[in-house]
Amino acid sequence: MKIETIHDNSIIATANKLRWEVGDYFHDSLIESIYKEAEVISNKVVTTEGKKSQFDFDKFIDQIVTNKWTGFPIMFLLLASVFWITIIGANYPSGLIASVLVDTIHPFLKNLASSINIPWYINGVLIDGGYLAMAWVVSVMLPPMAIFFPMFTLLEDFGYLPRVAFNMDNIYRRVGAHGKQALTMTMGFGCNAAGVIAARIIDSPRERLIAIITNNFSLCNGRWPTQILIATIFIGNLVPPIYGGIASAAAVVSVALLGIFFSLVVSWSLSKTVLKGEASAFSLELPPYRPPRILQTLYTSLIDRTLFVLWRAIVFAIPAGIVIWLVANVNIQGISLAEYFIRFVDPFALFIGLNGVIILAYVIAIPANEIVIPTVLMLTVLVTGVTGVGSGSGVMFELNNIDDVSMLLKAGGWTTLTGINLMLFSLLHNPCSTTIFTIYKETKSWKWTLLATLLPIMMGITICLLVAQLWRIFT
Amino acid sequence: MNSFDNEKCANCPAHNLTNLVKLGIDMSNFDFVVALAGNPNTGKSTVFNSLTGLRQHTGNWPGKTVGRAEGGFIYSNKRFKIVDLPGTYSLLSTSTDEEIARDFILFGQPDVTVIVIDATRLERNLNLALQVLEITDRAVLCLNLIDEAKRHKIKIDDRNLSKVLGIPVIPTAARQGVGIQELLKSIYDVASGSYICKPYRISSDIKGVNKAVEEINRMLKQKFPNLPNTRWIALRLLEGDQRIIDAVRSGEIAELIH
Repeated sequence: MKIETIHDNSIIATANKLRWEVGDYFHDSLIESIYKEAEVISNKVVTTEGKKSQFDFDKFIDQIVTNKWTGFPIMFLLLASVFWITIIGANYPSGLIASVLVDTIHPFLKNLASSINIPWYINGVLIDGGYLAMAWVVSVMLPPMAIFFPMFTLLEDFGYLPRVAFNMDNIYRRVGAHGKQALTMTMGFGCNAAGVIAARIIDSPRERLIAIITNNFSLCNGRWPTQILIATIFIGNLVPPIYGGIASAAAVVSVALLGIFFSLVVSWSLSKTVLKGEASAFSLELPPYRPPRILQTLYTSLIDRTLFVLWRAIVFAIPAGIVIWLVANVNIQGISLAEYFIRFVDPFALFIGLNGVIILAYVIAIPANEIVIPTVLMLTVLVTGVTGVGSGSGVMFELNNIDDVSMLLKAGGWTTLTGINLMLFSLLHNPCSTTIFTIYKETKSWKWTLLATLLPIMMGITICLLVAQLWRIFT
Repeated sequence: MNSFDNEKCANCPAHNLTNLVKLGIDMSNFDFVVALAGNPNTGKSTVFNSLTGLRQHTGNWPGKTVGRAEGGFIYSNKRFKIVDLPGTYSLLSTSTDEEIARDFILFGQPDVTVIVIDATRLERNLNLALQVLEITDRAVLCLNLIDEAKRHKIKIDDRNLSKVLGIPVIPTAARQGVGIQELLKSIYDVASGSYICKPYRISSDIKGVNKAVEEINRMLKQKFPNLPNTRWIALRLLEGDQRIIDAVRSGEIAELIH
């Protein structure tokens, strides 16, 4: 045979032909031969001395945390205590930071601006809009994140997260999704965009799509502060003060669990309708427990997560602050753009147990969930015209403690129902723009991106409406 | 002696520059590229951190590194770029992360591939190591978590293992920084060509397919006379690996010649 007689495709044609001849066993026998040789080599070089110790620590813990009966309660308790510590611990430093950034530096900047004669609108856009939005985000977000992330990272380093996945695996498979979705869901608790990327660990495209679409049902860290603050005001205050922390922590955990529930329901309906198919099997390796290195964990979780997320929030908060100031100050016939919008959507919003302010805040906060609460507060001042707080329309004002926030929201017509529905809507609404973009990058399909974006909003509106109707019947 | 080695290697980096650039690796400031492969949860990212001095967060769960992380270090005046590949159990199946790892090692032809394996699970981890050795000639085995192995009273004859596999084997405990200097030296030795690997190859006797593999192998050898390890490519073709089929069809596979 001569070289030039071989065409480009002749090798492949031969391979295709021979593939039929060697049959299905080929892949298995290849793997088998690799395994066999690995075993031979390993036997040659590995010696195990003596017997393993009688008491296997890892096995002992695993028996408890992955047990059918104790696994879920332990998971619930661990999560609840993490939130409880966050809620209790974050309140005081938040006030402290706010008093520095908002009470001290903001007036200083204002004085500086007026002393060098900067026009009022530039002053307003930059200092009352951009700077205050940033200051708010820092004081609302930094303390809970600085407490929550290290604790979560410690759990992760210890090796607990794969056990969560192990516990959830069976349920995910039963709804027709991939067991590894339990892992991507857990990652979503940190950041949905990261969770969506993590779905690459799922081999089957069908199951990967399900994991991507439902990742938004994991409360991400941009939404934890909203949950924690609203739960503290509206749920914590329903019970005597000593139990306030526990009640609000329980409320936050319930919303998080509700999110897991919705991710299961949606996975199930997707795998029964547009993404039909069987769940594929996989093996999940439970890594050994490793004692976390506390100091390094504190360092990395502060640098990689807390500051990273905070930076992102600030980057989005500044332009959003400018937008807020503008919609609050650009008037048409004496009424601001914000008020036009709020009046327009209020009838619908109130009907589903929210209000126009919340809807507008969620529109402005599409780039980052982190700024929802500051936006809500600012808009509430604008609409209710509460005096004594804030210093003019479009200014994010000083509220040093939760009681002030609570008073303000109640003056704005908020009820317990508004609080509950805001927590639900914060769970069930569109992903932030970063996540939407990531979904597109991962799926390369506008159709699935659109579904992943719109589905949660529809569900949010439906659930809020349901809760509002029930609330009105029973109260 | 040393300066001679430096001269020699400065003239002949083994990596495939065109393909590396295509794979998104900027090599403009680097002499060598090192790939980091291994099973999930073997401490790959910790090894990556100790080699680079970066403090990327490493989580204790499988699948932490998705996609690729990159870093760099300088050793003996040479600049190394190191690419942390996603942890995989094999290079045979078709999930995205296995493809990323496989394509990088095969088409990027890194100067050194460091295979990080869990010393407490040597046998299972060797499966991947053997597969990596099928597609590259230059590798170092990093026998990580050697402290955990010691705790479990597992002893590994690393010198014998090195002899069998034909590549350097370095026991490390990356979390404690044990063995990292030795690992750096081995990486340098393999990259600079002062250590010549004789990688272990899976024996050609796979039940019932020998004839088919040989036939494709013969054709490949004829068309691409300089291609290293045509037998492995023949195996992949026989199995219907689309990426390899495309590479053979387009002739891209010929770029692997070095």
